[in-house]
Amino acid sequence: MSEPSLEIIDLSFAYPDGRQALRNVDLHVHHGERVALLGPNGAGKTTLLLHLNGILRPASGEVRVAGLVVSDDSVLEIRRRVGLVFQDPDDQLFMPTVGQDVAFGPANFGLDGEELEARVAEALGAVSMLGARERAPHHLSYGERRRVAIATVLAVRPEILVLDEPTSNLDPASRRELIDVLRRLPITQLVVTHDLPFALELCPRAVVLDEGLVVAGDTTVEILTDELLMKAHRLELPYRFDPREQASS
Amino acid sequence: MLYRHGTTPVHQLPAQVKVVALLVFVLAVVVLPPEAFWAYFLAGCLLVGVMILAELPAGFVARRLLVEVPILIFALMLPFFGRGETTEVLGLTLSVEGLWGAWTIMAKATLGLGASIIVSATTTVPDLLRGLDRIRVPRVITAIAGFMVRYLDIVAGEFSRRRLAMVARGYEPRWFWQSGPLAQSAGSLFIRSFERGERVHQAMVARGFAGRMPVFGDRPATTREWWIGLAVPLVAVLLALLSVTVLG
Amino acid sequence: MHIPDGFLNGATSAGTAVMAAGGLGYSIKRAGAYLQESRIALTGLVAAFIFALQMINFPVAAGTSGHLLGGALAVILVGPWLGITAMSVVVIIQALVIADGGVSALGANLLNMALVAGLVGWVVFRVMEKTLPKSWTTVLVSTFTAALASVVASSLAFVIEYAVGGRGNVDIATVLAAMAGVHFLIGVGEGLISAATVGAVAATRPELIAGVEDLDLLHKEKKPVRAGAWGFAAAGLVVAALLVLVVAPLASSEPDGLERVAIDQGFIDSAEDHPLADSPLADYEVSGIEDEATGTRLSGLMGVLITFGVGAAIVGAFVVIRRKSATRV
Repeated sequence: MSEPSLEIIDLSFAYPDGRQALRNVDLHVHHGERVALLGPNGAGKTTLLLHLNGILRPASGEVRVAGLVVSDDSVLEIRRRVGLVFQDPDDQLFMPTVGQDVAFGPANFGLDGEELEARVAEALGAVSMLGARERAPHHLSYGERRRVAIATVLAVRPEILVLDEPTSNLDPASRRELIDVLRRLPITQLVVTHDLPFALELCPRAVVLDEGLVVAGDTTVEILTDELLMKAHRLELPYRFDPREQASS
Repeated sequence: MLYRHGTTPVHQLPAQVKVVALLVFVLAVVVLPPEAFWAYFLAGCLLVGVMILAELPAGFVARRLLVEVPILIFALMLPFFGRGETTEVLGLTLSVEGLWGAWTIMAKATLGLGASIIVSATTTVPDLLRGLDRIRVPRVITAIAGFMVRYLDIVAGEFSRRRLAMVARGYEPRWFWQSGPLAQSAGSLFIRSFERGERVHQAMVARGFAGRMPVFGDRPATTREWWIGLAVPLVAVLLALLSVTVLG
Repeated sequence: MHIPDGFLNGATSAGTAVMAAGGLGYSIKRAGAYLQESRIALTGLVAAFIFALQMINFPVAAGTSGHLLGGALAVILVGPWLGITAMSVVVIIQALVIADGGVSALGANLLNMALVAGLVGWVVFRVMEKTLPKSWTTVLVSTFTAALASVVASSLAFVIEYAVGGRGNVDIATVLAAMAGVHFLIGVGEGLISAATVGAVAATRPELIAGVEDLDLLHKEKKPVRAGAWGFAAAGLVVAALLVLVVAPLASSEPDGLERVAIDQGFIDSAEDHPLADSPLADYEVSGIEDEATGTRLSGLMGVLITFGVGAAIVGAFVVIRRKSATRV
C-alpha cells in the first residue's frame, strides 16, 4: 500500500495557559480517502487542524504529510501539501479580486506567467466558479465565497484538502452545490463538521474527537447509529433521520 | 466608493495612465496664475468633455463636488479677513487679495476635484491598485490598501448590524453625551478587526505566505494608451505655460 | 479637513510631498519587522477600521452629527508606526478612490492627518502615561488629551502650511485663532469618544492596546475604572485648562515667527494691521493686560471656561427636562 496522505502519531498539545487540547491522537488518512472529523465544540478539532500545516507544533508526537514530517525545515513544503480551508471564507479571501486570491498561493510557491494563469483557471473550474475571476470577493454570495475559498487551496495542488465546517451558514441549495463539488474532487479530504448528514453523504469513514482524545473511528454509518456513543459526545442527528436508510439509498 | 460601471474609452484606459494623467493635470492647475480666467475656463471645458466621454451624469458629479464645502467656507472668509487694499462690493468692504485668494482656491479646488472624480468613477479599486503597482508605488502600501478595501465593507457591515440592533431597542442619539453605546461599538469593532487580521494572517501563512506579497501587475499600458491618456493633461500644461508667459 | 488641489502653491505642495514621503517611508521602515512577519493583513484591517470609524456618525447636538478623525486612537491602539502607516493608507485611498483631498495636496494631507496627528497623539499619550500614576484612569485621561492634542496639532499644521504657501494675504494670527478654537472644540469631542473607545477595548481585551505596555496593569486591574460622566467631564476640563496654559502662548508667538519667514520669502508683501486688530479678543489677548503671555493664557482659559460652562448648562438643562418628562410619564 502506498504512503498514507496523512499520518498523525501520538500527538499531544497544550496551550501556553496549560489547557491540554490534544492527548495522544493517532489518525491515518489514506490516499484518496474522505474522512469526517466529528466532535462537540471545544473538542480540539480546530487545534488539530492548525497542526496539520505547522501553524501549531506538537508538544510530543508527530504529523506526517505524504511521508514528510512537519518541522521548521519542511514547513513551507507541508503548507503546499496541505490545503486548509478556514471556516469563515471572508478570512480566506483577502485579495481584491477572486483571480488574485486564487493566484496568491501558487505565486507564493513560485509560479508565474502563463502557468499561473492556467492554474487559476483550473482551480476555479474545479469549483464551477470560472466566471467570477475578475469579481471582488465581497460581491459573491456566501456559498460562492465558500467555493472560491476551496479553489484558493486547490490552486496549489495539495496532497490533502482539509475543511473546517464547510457547510456552516450555507443555505440548502448552496450546501447541495458544495457537496457536489467536493464529491467530484479526486483528492484526499479531511472534513471537520457538525453537519452529520453531510458527513454521511461525503465521507465513508469518520473519527470522533472529544476532550482532545480520539474516542471512536469507524465507518460513518456505524458511528452515527451508535446511540450511546452519539449521546456521550453530544452528537445529534436531525429529527427522524435514519443513517442506514440514507446510506443505502 | 465612487466607481460607476461603464465601458467607455475612459473606463478602459489602464489605471496607471489615469493616475499619472490626474497628477499632471492637477499640477498644471496648481501653477495657473489667478488672472488667467480663460485658462481656467478652457481647463474646465476639457474636464466636462472627458466627463461626457465617460458618461458621468451631471447630478452625480455635482453631488460629489459637495465635499469641498468646508474649504469653500474657509475660502469665503478670506475676503473679509484679508489685509491690504480693499474694495467695495455690494456695500461690503472686502480685501482685494482676499478676493483673489478665494477665487483661486475655489477654481483650482473645483478643477482638481473634478479630475479626481473622473478617475475615481471610472477605475475599479483592484485596477487602481494594480496600476499603482505598475508605477512602482511601494508594494507595502498597495497591499495594505488592498486589505483595507477588501475588508471595509465587512467592518462597516459589522458596525451597521450593531447599530441596527441598538436602533431596534429604541436608541436614537441626538446629543453628544448619548455617544456612549456608539463608542462601545467602536471598541468592539476594533477588537473584531484585530482578531480578523490575525485569522487572515493564518490563512495567508497556510497558503505559503512568507513575508512578501506577490505582485500581480496587469498588462503594461501601450504607448498609444499613454498618449491618449496624457492628451488632456498635456493641453492643461500647455494652458499653464501659455498663461504664465502671457501674464508673467 | 482634507486640503484640495490649488489651496497651496506648487512649492509648498512639493515640499509637503517630500516631507510626507520621508515620514511615511520611515514609518513603514519602523513598522517593517511587524509588516514582514505577521502584520500586513492586520494593518490593512486597522486601516479598514479607521475608514469605517470615520463613517460612524456620532451625535453632536439636536440631531446633528460628526465623525472621528481617529489619528490618536489608531496610534494608541496599534502603536505609532503601524498606526501612522494605516492612517496614511486611508488618506491615500480617500484621495484616489473617493476624490476626498487633492492629489497635489496629498503630501500636506498625509502630513496633517497621519504624521502630525499620529506623532503628537503618541508623544502626548506616552509622556502622560509615563509620568502619571499607573492606572486605567490615567490611560483614559491620556487618551483624551492625546486625541485632543492631535486634532489641534493637525489644525496647526494646516495653518502653518497655509501661512507658507496659501493664498489671500490674511493675518495668520486670525486664521490660527479661528482654526485652533474650532478644532479645540472638535478635539474635546474626539478626545472623549477616543477615551470611551479605548475603555471599551480595555474592558474585554486590554492586552490588545499597544499603548499600554505595563503588564502589571493588564493583570492586576482586569477591568478599567469607568469614570462617571461628571468625573470624566471634570478630568477633561482640568486637562484642557492645562493644555491652554501651556500651548496657547506658544501658539500665539508661533505665527509671528512664521510671518517673518513669509515676509522674508516675499510671500507676504506688507504687514499692515488687519481689520480685527482692535477687537477685544484679537490675537487671543485680553485687552488691558500688560503681560502678553499672561493675557493669552487668561483669554485661553476664559474660552475653555465659557465653552465648558455653556456645555454644562445645556447638559444640565436637558437632564432636568428629561427627568421632568420621565416623572410625568
